[in-house]
Amino acid sequence: MAGAAVHDIHDHKPRGLVRWLYSTNHKDIGTLYLIFAIFAGIIGGFMSVMIRWELAEPGIQIFHGLASMVYGLEGDAAIDSGKHMFNVFTTMHGLIMIFFMVMPALIGGFANWMVPIMIGAPDMAFPRMNNISFWLLIPAFILLLMSFFVPGPAGGWGVGGGWTMYPPFATSGQPGPAMDLAILSVHIAGASSILGAINFITTIFNMRAPGMTLHKMPLFAWAVLITAFLLLLSLPVLAGGITMLLTDRNFGTAFFSPEGGGDPILYQHLFWFFGHPEVYILILPGFGIVSHIIATFSRKPIFGYLGMAYAMVAIGAVGFIVWAHHMYTTGLSLDTQRYFVFATMVIAVPTGVKIFSWIATMWGGSISFKAPMLWSIGFIFMFTVGGMTGVQLANAGLDRSLHDTYYVVAHFHYVLSLGAVFAIFAAWYYWFPKMTGYMYSPVIANTHFWITFIGVNLIFFPQHFLGLAGMPRRYIDYPDAFAGWNQVSSYGSYMSAFAFLIFLFGVFEAFAKKRVAGANPWGEGATTLEWQLSSPPPFHQWEELPRIK
Amino acid sequence: MKKILASAGAAAAFFATAAAYAAQPTPWQTGFQPAATGIMEQIAWFEQYTLWFIVPITLLVLVLLLYCILRFRAAANPVPSRTSHNTLIEVIWTVGPVVALLFIAVPSFQLLTAQYSPGEEAKVTVKATGNQWNWDYEYQTDEPFSFNSAMLADADRAAEGKEDLAVYPRLLAVDNEIVVPVDTMVRVLVTAGDVIHAFAMPAFGVKTDAVPGRINEIWFKAKKEGLYYGQCSELCGKDHAFMPIAVRVVSDKQYETWVAQAKTDLSGANKALMAEIDSTAKVAAAGN
Repeated sequence: MAGAAVHDIHDHKPRGLVRWLYSTNHKDIGTLYLIFAIFAGIIGGFMSVMIRWELAEPGIQIFHGLASMVYGLEGDAAIDSGKHMFNVFTTMHGLIMIFFMVMPALIGGFANWMVPIMIGAPDMAFPRMNNISFWLLIPAFILLLMSFFVPGPAGGWGVGGGWTMYPPFATSGQPGPAMDLAILSVHIAGASSILGAINFITTIFNMRAPGMTLHKMPLFAWAVLITAFLLLLSLPVLAGGITMLLTDRNFGTAFFSPEGGGDPILYQHLFWFFGHPEVYILILPGFGIVSHIIATFSRKPIFGYLGMAYAMVAIGAVGFIVWAHHMYTTGLSLDTQRYFVFATMVIAVPTGVKIFSWIATMWGGSISFKAPMLWSIGFIFMFTVGGMTGVQLANAGLDRSLHDTYYVVAHFHYVLSLGAVFAIFAAWYYWFPKMTGYMYSPVIANTHFWITFIGVNLIFFPQHFLGLAGMPRRYIDYPDAFAGWNQVSSYGSYMSAFAFLIFLFGVFEAFAKKRVAGANPWGEGATTLEWQLSSPPPFHQWEELPRIK
Repeated sequence: MKKILASAGAAAAFFATAAAYAAQPTPWQTGFQPAATGIMEQIAWFEQYTLWFIVPITLLVLVLLLYCILRFRAAANPVPSRTSHNTLIEVIWTVGPVVALLFIAVPSFQLLTAQYSPGEEAKVTVKATGNQWNWDYEYQTDEPFSFNSAMLADADRAAEGKEDLAVYPRLLAVDNEIVVPVDTMVRVLVTAGDVIHAFAMPAFGVKTDAVPGRINEIWFKAKKEGLYYGQCSELCGKDHAFMPIAVRVVSDKQYETWVAQAKTDLSGANKALMAEIDSTAKVAAAGN
């Protein structure tokens, strides 16, 4: 009945379960993705706070207790399974934040919501595929959470091999079914992303409004287009790699086991052939978002539009040929290392173009510092810091000392936790009035920003020092000399967690107060098409296609 | 007078021993551990060198952002410019980073090449095999001998004579250290028996993965005698944090004596070596 009604009256919204379960509307699916990402972010964030709580002091603080709470063990068994549980938490924190928080928020959420609107399309090219993209994430996430409660290695539960899942620790090292569940989870999440990528590529190539050439397309659409290509080309390689992992575990193959003629390093090559583009998948949509926000609040067009677009193309392309810089200590030959040092350094050039173009966009502008702008400026600076330590780590000779230490943890959290996550919050505060029609409290939004900004820097800046001093990653306990900076880092974590509560309160407050935002709350600087629609936009937009001059 | 001399001697002894076990992390440390090999000196130099690029660039970005924030805030600059292109500046900020990267790349490649150019044959070869969660060391001497090295349990501290937490810190001290001679080219062949581990020694500037089915080779030539600590650096399971690596660098003579005895009586050789090092330290302190 409801399905038939949709065809008769275009702006009729299906109600209740039909609307949300069967949804083929890109905005509704985007909303589902955002809610999912917030939910996953709460779980992933909870794990990071547990990790920092554990590391606040030398010795084992909480994980033996957690293990006895969750698995009902006592004494040495609790300590042993607690040690593994710590590894499970770091593993799950990584997998959840990457596959179930950042990617769903930026690609499934904001891109789904905004790309069709921004390019003047009524919806995505394949609305039903859009639906299955989202609903595949749910079983994927359930599988991952289930893995937590089934056996992994002897005496432990869950997957503790790190998000990279290197064999043999991910094969013979953890014989229990937890790893199989995690592999299947990543398989399904990957399939979801591949379908989403196909959808975005088709939409952006075929459904742009009349007059919107590729070179007039908003940078966020460019960013998502490039991201979709990265997903499409890299995820099948991951799928191949983890399928081999699965058959090594269950069907007697020996792709990665030396005793059968296989090679553990082969897995690392396959994984990082996906893994390095993946980090650009996480950050490129953020690049697009920040470009729009900087332009909007500087009331200026983006500086060097073509340079910005092709810098992202260059980053995406070069991102495919630098993977082994994650593997400098695996025993690569000298020439191989030389090549990967060189290729990795090249990426700094287009990234520099982006940073300087954002600043040039602000230059001469008339800047107002609304919440989205604060997050974006924070993004630029923090991403610069993370990018600079990335230039250091690119050098294999120096990476010899820093590989697998907290220096690397600090580096990738500066570009992801302070880069991608800042971009997500920037996008949230930028588009929240558009998506909901309500304006949040600027005071709460700004407070959220400042406490997060100070908190995350307290977490991650001292980790540079720990890394230089030699503290390895993924350690549940550390020599007493590392205690000082670890404690600072943990305080930063508690502070950031508090800031996240402020965020949740701000969302609640905005819905409770129902301040009407209006079609365009940001003024003349906001020039992309979404600001021409009402807030929230009609259920089906662009029934008459906009014309771009 | 005697008292002053005695306290000076004690201070000297403190500094002498402090110098001897300098190669472990210290509280609130913000940089690398002191280098004990030429390679680590080069790594530390290169790290400082890169800071001369990345810190000014980061500060430049910060200053530009702050300038924009102050100068171009809406109150100070109500009418925005419409400039969105400037080919010259775009060329500059593309070429500028390229030049900076070239300045980084040249010493970077020299450092990388140096790490793979030992320049002489190794006189001592030790094969290190990572296990969950300890190390096996095999000395490839005329008659090879091997032993296991695991983290020192608190219960064993007294029996091993390793009660001093400053010299034998928690989580770093082991029961049986690798013993190598000073100023000698040492080769370590690294592999693993079960899952991937990583052999790392920060003060020596070496780190390589211990991969089952492969042998990775590293080398070092320690400049100073002392006791050096490293830790497993590839996630390997629940006790990943509890399989440290300890290398004792000693004089040639001490090494020869130790090797001769260790083949048959490892524990006795270690005890004798520790006693010998302690008495040398005391003699050195008294000599001051």
